[in-house]
Amino acid sequence: MAVRVMVRRRKGEVFLAGKVIVLTSGKGGVGKTTSAAAIAAGLALRGHRTVVIDFDVGLRNLDLIMGCERRVVFDFINVINGDAKLNQALIKDKRNDLLYIFPTSQTRDKDALKRDGVERVLEELKESFDYIVCDSPAGIEHGALTAMYFADSAIIVTNPEVSSVRDSDRIIGLLASKSRRAEFNLEPVAVHLLLSRYSPERVRKGEMLAVEDVKEILSIPLLGVIPESESVLKASNTGTPVVFDEESPAGRAYLDAVARFLGEQRELRFLQPERRSLFRALFGRA
Amino acid sequence: MAGNLVQGAVFTVMVVRAGMLRDPAFEPELAEQIRRSPRFFLNAPVVLDLKAAAEFTHESEFAEAREILRRHTLSLIGVQNASPAQLQTAAGAGLASFAPNAPQPSRSSPRESPRTALSLPSAAAKTRLVTQPVRSGTQIYARGADLVVTAAVSPGAEIIADGNIHVYGPLRGRALAGAGGDVDARIFCSRLEAELVSIAGHYLVSEQLPPEQQGFPVQIALVDDRLTVTRN
Repeated sequence: MAVRVMVRRRKGEVFLAGKVIVLTSGKGGVGKTTSAAAIAAGLALRGHRTVVIDFDVGLRNLDLIMGCERRVVFDFINVINGDAKLNQALIKDKRNDLLYIFPTSQTRDKDALKRDGVERVLEELKESFDYIVCDSPAGIEHGALTAMYFADSAIIVTNPEVSSVRDSDRIIGLLASKSRRAEFNLEPVAVHLLLSRYSPERVRKGEMLAVEDVKEILSIPLLGVIPESESVLKASNTGTPVVFDEESPAGRAYLDAVARFLGEQRELRFLQPERRSLFRALFGRA
Repeated sequence: MAGNLVQGAVFTVMVVRAGMLRDPAFEPELAEQIRRSPRFFLNAPVVLDLKAAAEFTHESEFAEAREILRRHTLSLIGVQNASPAQLQTAAGAGLASFAPNAPQPSRSSPRESPRTALSLPSAAAKTRLVTQPVRSGTQIYARGADLVVTAAVSPGAEIIADGNIHVYGPLRGRALAGAGGDVDARIFCSRLEAELVSIAGHYLVSEQLPPEQQGFPVQIALVDDRLTVTRN
């Protein structure tokens, strides 16, 4: 149920501190939690020790998306308050040994996210994980601000529509002014754009903003484009991060995004309307 | 004839900072210096530097300073870096004004904020330069200055300047130039997609902006109390 051993990793004399990645958007319903689960699982699949934390106190969902809702005993807030130890609250993923889930409380609210407590927990996590993926709540209030405050990198999850793009723009501004890195004049938070629920067909009809439009408005590097896909919904409902579905275009797009995050060059895929093969047209749905 | 009456000449004048007069070590040190080169200091003229000195608003204070310097054979002849109030008192005490001094209130335009007038005595107001995109929800105010943005201004962002506004990128948010009431201020942008533009309180919202100018490099000026948009 809980994790037994936390390994303090050292390589020679150099202490390896984990990186904090926040997935944030401002707007709700754009796919933050789905993306946090997929990116975290993708990083684990690439061999990195990764933990994904749910910052959406009171609206806990990450455990469902990760399929571990029946294994939650202690949560993030318990650990912040010192009521539980970190390794009592961390849940090890059943599909990947390097992946851990850190659920939050459903009964508390965002005020329970005390900044010094969050900092202490993150510092402790940095000692044993390569990546700490923070799933931010929507909005720009305390919960979202706390989730972004300690970030080293941010992945801005955006849908190709004007309201989502504007909210993302606001969040990018906040990252540049309200993060710890901004306050202490450190190197700024590395900001990446992840365009989710992209439908090339609807872009073609002019119902959605195209990749280039969004890039032009937000002017931050593009990490990936996730095509709108039924496999995402299926993955959510079955509690399996979509990257574990090798057939899914969305899953492959997330793996591409993870590869780019790790510094690899990958061509953008799934930007053209899918051409149905004759076989598929005859025998079923794409 | 005036050329014959008034002749220009350049002199070397000692400057004494006002704060030094209060320092107990000042007089002994001055006496020591004068003892070493008495000829140089005999009846030498002195200008009192009032930079950051809050006092010297009464003639008696100037008289006291004059007396201290007199004791060391120095002659107080004027002040510099004086506030308008100090300058007036100094004039009453028969002291000349040496540049730089803060401008007299009567000479500065009433629209200039007093802070600008005091902190930037003779130099032109510095332009505020922004090189990062101005994101939605951000507000930037160039007080008493021009504003230059070399990146995009997003929808929902607000840029304000008492002077002119230049945007070398798409202007998609709000831009308010001449915020202090300067009707001669202008807005320049390399792509007009603004939500609102305003000069000295006169404004146009997006749907009032001429559609044929949208997306083009333009300048916006106030002509006969009307905002006019012209293609650059």
